[in-house]
Amino acid sequence: MRKWIALILLVPSFAFAAGSSHPLDDVDIDLKDKASLQNGAKVFMNYCLGCHQMQYQRYQRTFNDLEIPEDLGQQYLQFTGEKVSDYITSPMPADEAAVWFGAPPPDLTLVARVRGPEWLYSYLRSFYVDESKTFGVNNLVFPNVGMPHVLESLQGTPRLAVEEVLVDGELVQRPNGLTNDGNGKLNEEEYDAVIRDLVNYLVYTGEPSRLESESMGRGVLIFIVIFFVFALLLKKDYWRDVK
Amino acid sequence: MNAFLGWIEQRIPMMRVANMHAIQYPAPKNMNFWYVFGFLATIVLVNQILTGVWLTMNFEPSAERAFASVEYIMREVDYGWLIRYMHSTGASAFFIVVYMHMFRGMIYGSYQKPRELLWIFGMLIYLALMAEAFMGYVLPWGQMSYWGAQVIVSLFSAIPVVGPDLVQWIQGDYVISGATLNRFFALHVIALPLVIVILVFLHIVALHEVGSNNPDGVNIKRPKGSLSEEEKTKFKIHEYYTDKYDIVDDVVPFFPHIVLKDLVAFTIFLFAFCYIMFFMPEMGGYFLEHPNFEIANPYKTPEHIFPVWYFTPFYAILKAVPDKLLGVLAMFGAIAFLFALPWFDRSNVRSWRYRSGLHKVNLIVFAIVFIFLGYLGGTPQEAWKITASQVATVFYFGFFILLFIYSKNEKTKPVPARIPK
Repeated sequence: MRKWIALILLVPSFAFAAGSSHPLDDVDIDLKDKASLQNGAKVFMNYCLGCHQMQYQRYQRTFNDLEIPEDLGQQYLQFTGEKVSDYITSPMPADEAAVWFGAPPPDLTLVARVRGPEWLYSYLRSFYVDESKTFGVNNLVFPNVGMPHVLESLQGTPRLAVEEVLVDGELVQRPNGLTNDGNGKLNEEEYDAVIRDLVNYLVYTGEPSRLESESMGRGVLIFIVIFFVFALLLKKDYWRDVK
Repeated sequence: MNAFLGWIEQRIPMMRVANMHAIQYPAPKNMNFWYVFGFLATIVLVNQILTGVWLTMNFEPSAERAFASVEYIMREVDYGWLIRYMHSTGASAFFIVVYMHMFRGMIYGSYQKPRELLWIFGMLIYLALMAEAFMGYVLPWGQMSYWGAQVIVSLFSAIPVVGPDLVQWIQGDYVISGATLNRFFALHVIALPLVIVILVFLHIVALHEVGSNNPDGVNIKRPKGSLSEEEKTKFKIHEYYTDKYDIVDDVVPFFPHIVLKDLVAFTIFLFAFCYIMFFMPEMGGYFLEHPNFEIANPYKTPEHIFPVWYFTPFYAILKAVPDKLLGVLAMFGAIAFLFALPWFDRSNVRSWRYRSGLHKVNLIVFAIVFIFLGYLGGTPQEAWKITASQVATVFYFGFFILLFIYSKNEKTKPVPARIPK
């Protein structure tokens, strides 16, 4: 369903090249995978929270939902001495951030509901070196984004691969995927897994209620089915004599 | 106990009203699937009011706090997410059942004499509901809330002379701002719900005065004394109706018969409703639009601005007309034509079962065109869509014009005297 809608929305923009026309990769979201969510939270707190906050989400709620003991959470995931009941805010002053980056770094609590997990997963794996930009990097999914490649130490330095093709009898250079200098701490597979964990975590923070809504929903639906049988029998009983 | 009930009854006519409007109210026995949506609309209305009350307890209607307070409800209020999703899913469900209810009225000619006023009350509810839904959508103060409000409110600027001042008066500011949000909140939670509840009451009073139509459009009330005892219904019908008419043996009492039928339909509806609410509350971006999870930002226009799905047919009509004022007139005209439907249709035969093939085709084309307009108004603009919306707009109005022309001397089938078995 969601894919169809994304397709309907995206198809027209392909024609006009620019914008968010880069094809997106699928990502396997699993909110039951607590290890993945915990790792995602760790990556977020270490690499993202310096600039982006999660001002609608509290540490405590996050620790409880992700089954992280509160004392361990405080010790390893809270760095600036907040209380465990505090919201996950960033110490970066928004006004100055707007000057540094051109716009204040957006709050990420709900980013997965705005962009969708596929977009985030693809975006975080699509940075490449572009010396013409302020931060020396550009992005295939979000062209000209004003964000440095924070995860470069993990991924290694990504570069745009260029291929030469014949178009109307002329040799034209066009981008063809990314290559990697291989200087990161992780190989490609490990990096993709880390990004998947991070996106999984962002999907969780977008809608923490999802953790309980589906199991509650199953119970409710079963009740409705049983209720339906009784309602139908009762109706048939009353209508038996009506011809 | 009986003495107590008697004491009550002498002071307020509880049993009399219950008998007259439910237990002894004559309803045609052949009411089918299409006849459950009025009941469902009432249920959804109650749902919206109750969940609305609880949302109001934690929502803060200010530009600074509205978005954050919605997230507070979603995360920190006990079952706040459930209440909010009941309300947001309910908003879309309301329009689904209302559109089905209206189309039922169209195919079975429920708007025809003597039910014109009943139809008008229904259309007024629809109008109030659109205002209610629009203002409700602004309250979470997301990007689509803000820019949707911007688009809709600016429509009023197309009105000659007073337009710009009117826009400022509606907004309560030079731009859409916290002042706008605050007044929309007042209208959304007090003024419009009151109007809707009163209109629904009048809708039901008018319905019970003229009686329910049915899929065959056959009259179940006959002049007093025209029926033999054999032909009269065996069910106990309230004197209010039997004093004036003979009731044909084609009716059942509203309670319990119709209510039980509605209950079965309600459980099916509830299943679909809960499935969406628990498993896909965004409904793929149709019930809750993705950009609306980003806080309103007056300096950043979203890539595409659409109204929510239930407004998109009218939005497409608006965009089909190149001139702004004429576009606004066409959009409101589309609703005005629906109001006047009882007078466009000059046939005496109600149900499409006994009307011409042309009428059936006309109705089906109208339904398809309406959905197609919804698609056109709810997807990004493209060159072909402008032409397509113009053609579809002509078809939309063409339905009424054609109906007016052919219904005068339409070749209809004979309507049976009694509801066929």
